Amino acid sequence: MPQVFHRSSNTLARLSIVTGAALLVSSVLIGSNLSRSPYVTQVGAPVDQPVPFSHKHHVKELGIDCRYCHSTVETSAVASVPPTHTCMSCHSQVWTNSPLLEPVRQSYLNGTPIQWNKVYDLPDFVYFNHSIHVQKGIGCNTCHGPIHEMNITYKAQPLSMSWCLDCHRQPEKYIRPKEEVFNYNYQPPANQMELGKKLVQEYHVKKEQLTNCSICHR
Amino acid sequence: MKQTRRRLLALIIATAAVMSLAGCHTDMWHQPKLKAQSANNFFADGKTDRPLVTNSVPVGYLRDNEAFYTGKVANKPVAQLPVPLTRELLQRGQERYNVFCSPCHGKVGDGQGMIAQRGLALRRPPATFHTDRLRGMPVGYFYDVITNGFGVMYSYASRIPPEDRWAIAAYVRVLQLSQYAKTNELTPEDLRKLQESTTNTESKP
Ligand code: HEC
Ligand code: HEC
Ligand code: HEC
Ligand code: HEC
Ligand code: HEC
Ligand code: HEC
Repeated sequence: MPQVFHRSSNTLARLSIVTGAALLVSSVLIGSNLSRSPYVTQVGAPVDQPVPFSHKHHVKELGIDCRYCHSTVETSAVASVPPTHTCMSCHSQVWTNSPLLEPVRQSYLNGTPIQWNKVYDLPDFVYFNHSIHVQKGIGCNTCHGPIHEMNITYKAQPLSMSWCLDCHRQPEKYIRPKEEVFNYNYQPPANQMELGKKLVQEYHVKKEQLTNCSICHR
Repeated sequence: MKQTRRRLLALIIATAAVMSLAGCHTDMWHQPKLKAQSANNFFADGKTDRPLVTNSVPVGYLRDNEAFYTGKVANKPVAQLPVPLTRELLQRGQERYNVFCSPCHGKVGDGQGMIAQRGLALRRPPATFHTDRLRGMPVGYFYDVITNGFGVMYSYASRIPPEDRWAIAAYVRVLQLSQYAKTNELTPEDLRKLQESTTNTESKP
């Protein structure tokens, strides 16, 4: 019986094994990188809103404190997006004719809420709480980025589990004095690790339990 | 023997493959549970957050102390602070005042906050606290203005809890004193500083 396969099929077979393996590995690599890429996590992409609300304008130029609008951030799990009443406490008096503010006036008049689109959205199986982070000296812009420079709000962090854990393993890398939490100009000092260790002690941060699964998945 | 082992291996690989595929599911990401401030088609107003049932009182919201919760007794603003006056109270008041009042009334209460300066044609500008009328008002009056608003100023009751409203009211008094102190009440040190600063400005052309 003559040979069915030519000699070269040996090489071909080996080659196909190697390329097969390479394809597998690279597809895993591409997949995992893609899932962390800004394209998928939406980091840096401004979110369309019914009213073009600008943090840059209100926070940096007008100097309004975060808590004027996100008033529950120190005491509750949710920071809360402000109700129309809060906008109208100023806009009943200033910029009353601006067409951009028409949805706000309509909302106030009719009692229908403005439907803001969420920028930061954790999966529903993750528990998060603002008040504990604020009380223990984690600044807004550590997690939300340079919000005072945003004309339209965008996501500054991927909210991946590894991102949360990076800090939960070593909070001293990011912690700051409590009174600086709302200060968007805060720059970590050169001796951050030293200061961080001191603050972690002072604020009784329970580092040993912060990486337990049940802290965030409850 | 060899065959069972091979089958076992195949089974393990297949299970791992199926499980890793299942990992791509995101159906647990948005669960049919209600979260604060989310939209909801079930209720007529489209909101998940439910308003209070009329005539019900949530835990911790029993308002049984008239002076403390309304700032008034028998419809008259109280003249006495219903909480102990401490340094902490005033510091808290300063912090809250700067968050909620200073955008309009300014850091010293002169009515020259950022909004007053930017909103060019305000129908009614924010009040200055440094008038004889407001200096003469009992402290409960300021609590009442924060709670119910005044004229074109909106109520701040939903954002500032009663304890903080008293802290702010006390701090407004501090501001009033600070802008209306008599020179004979100053410490010698402050008096010297004051004289220095006035002579400095006078010496400027
Ligand atoms: C004048 C009111 C106002 C002030 C002051 C303000 N915000 Fe906001 N904030 C809003 C409104 C309205 C939205 C919803 C629209 C949007 O996403 O831009 C919002 C959205 C956000 C979001 C995104 C929420 C989401 O959808 O996930 C973050 C984060 C945030 N604000 C942080 C801050 C921080 C930090 C500060 C202080 C430095 C601040 N804000 C000050 C009104 C305000
Ligand atoms: C503390 C006062 C204050 C609050 C609260 C406030 N704003 Fe403003 N806002 C202003 C002022 C003042 C301006 C205009 C400033 C200027 O350009 O000089 C402005 C401007 C704007 C503009 C631009 C209008 C235009 O025609 O260019 C928009 C949009 C706006 N605000 C939306 C909002 C929304 C939405 C809220 C509620 C979440 C809000 N603002 C809450 C003070 C406020
Ligand atoms: C440790 C990180 C972290 C810090 C610090 C932090 N946030 Fe957030 N913030 C988040 C996450 C995560 C979400 C998304 C929550 C969700 O989807 O359930 C969020 C959501 C929000 C929202 C949307 C509404 C809500 O409550 O879900 C606002 C507004 C907001 N943050 C404002 C603030 C302000 C103001 C501060 C500073 C006082 C702050 N955040 C500090 C992580 C943080
Ligand atoms: C920049 C640092 C930082 C980041 C980022 C961060 N955390 Fe935290 N987190 C802390 C600190 C500090 C505490 C306080 C721990 C304590 O007091 O023992 C805390 C506490 C918590 C708690 C309460 C723990 C308890 O004892 O009940 C939860 C829940 C939590 N974090 C969830 C999250 C989630 C979810 C994320 C990511 C979306 C996140 N955190 C990101 C620093 C951080
Ligand atoms: C500091 C908070 C935190 C802790 C602690 C934590 N997780 Fe998570 N976990 C998260 C967040 C946030 C996500 C969502 C990630 C995303 O959106 O991609 C998540 C997602 C997951 C997922 C789903 C992954 C996916 O993409 O479907 C699994 C499984 C999980 N965590 C398991 C664990 C286990 C097991 C532990 C304990 C070893 C743990 N987590 C501890 C915050 C935490
Ligand atoms: C959005 C701007 C704004 C903010 C913020 C604001 N006010 Fe006012 N306030 C006004 C205006 C405008 C008036 C004048 C109302 C009028 O004459 O109709 C006023 C008037 C007053 C008066 C004078 C009442 C009288 O009898 O003349 C007091 C007292 C007062 N405010 C206290 C406060 C306190 C305390 C806060 C902080 C909790 C505060 N305001 C926050 C705009 C504001």
